[in-house]
Amino acid sequence: MKVTVKYFGLVAEATEKSEEVMELKGELTAIALKEQCLKGLTITDKDSVQIAVNQNLDDSITIKDGDEIALLPPFAGG
Amino acid sequence: MDRKKPKKVFVQGAIPPEKIANSVANHQSKTNIGAHSIFLGQIRADEVDGKTVIAIDYTAYEEMAEKVFHEIREAAFAKFDITCAHIYHSLGKVNVGELCLFVFTSSAHRKIAIEATNFFVEEIKAKVPVFGKEIFEDETHQWKVNK
Repeated sequence: MKVTVKYFGLVAEATEKSEEVMELKGELTAIALKEQCLKGLTITDKDSVQIAVNQNLDDSITIKDGDEIALLPPFAGG
Repeated sequence: MDRKKPKKVFVQGAIPPEKIANSVANHQSKTNIGAHSIFLGQIRADEVDGKTVIAIDYTAYEEMAEKVFHEIREAAFAKFDITCAHIYHSLGKVNVGELCLFVFTSSAHRKIAIEATNFFVEEIKAKVPVFGKEIFEDETHQWKVNK
């Protein structure tokens, strides 16, 4: 299955891209996908990064074909 | 006020101070209002390890942010007896001393407006996917984290 992964803030800086299409195999939860995406990146506090699946922050969701994934570092609005 | 309609929150660059005056002026015809409460977020020249912040460059997951702003509005209207509410947040570069957040609520009475504004600000800081790159005078940067 294919998903679009969007990167923001320090995650986009670490990946050096703002988004990419990823080919995934097998059943995967959001938290597992987050770990897979962050592996190898130089991010000090990986636990502070949240994953959104179709704009939903529940990381127990199972990823489906066509999902829009976003990796979100700590919020800093205001 | 049409409170159900999603409103455009993001503005490019700093929020001009004139926008605050204009917003107040736009509400003078609404005579059921007895109190406005305004919060203005301004970029602070923080010092970190001897370097001074000169600007914050804001980015956002815009589609999700607009959705969350709308949910916060709905929650605020359910919780507080406010007449109207407006939120504006900057995207892109905002220099120190300039405004990056403008929350404006109106109600018949002051306490409700003040509490509603506080609710908006806290919810926005906690829940909206906005990211801030703090730029120092030597062009290095660090990523802002809300406390």
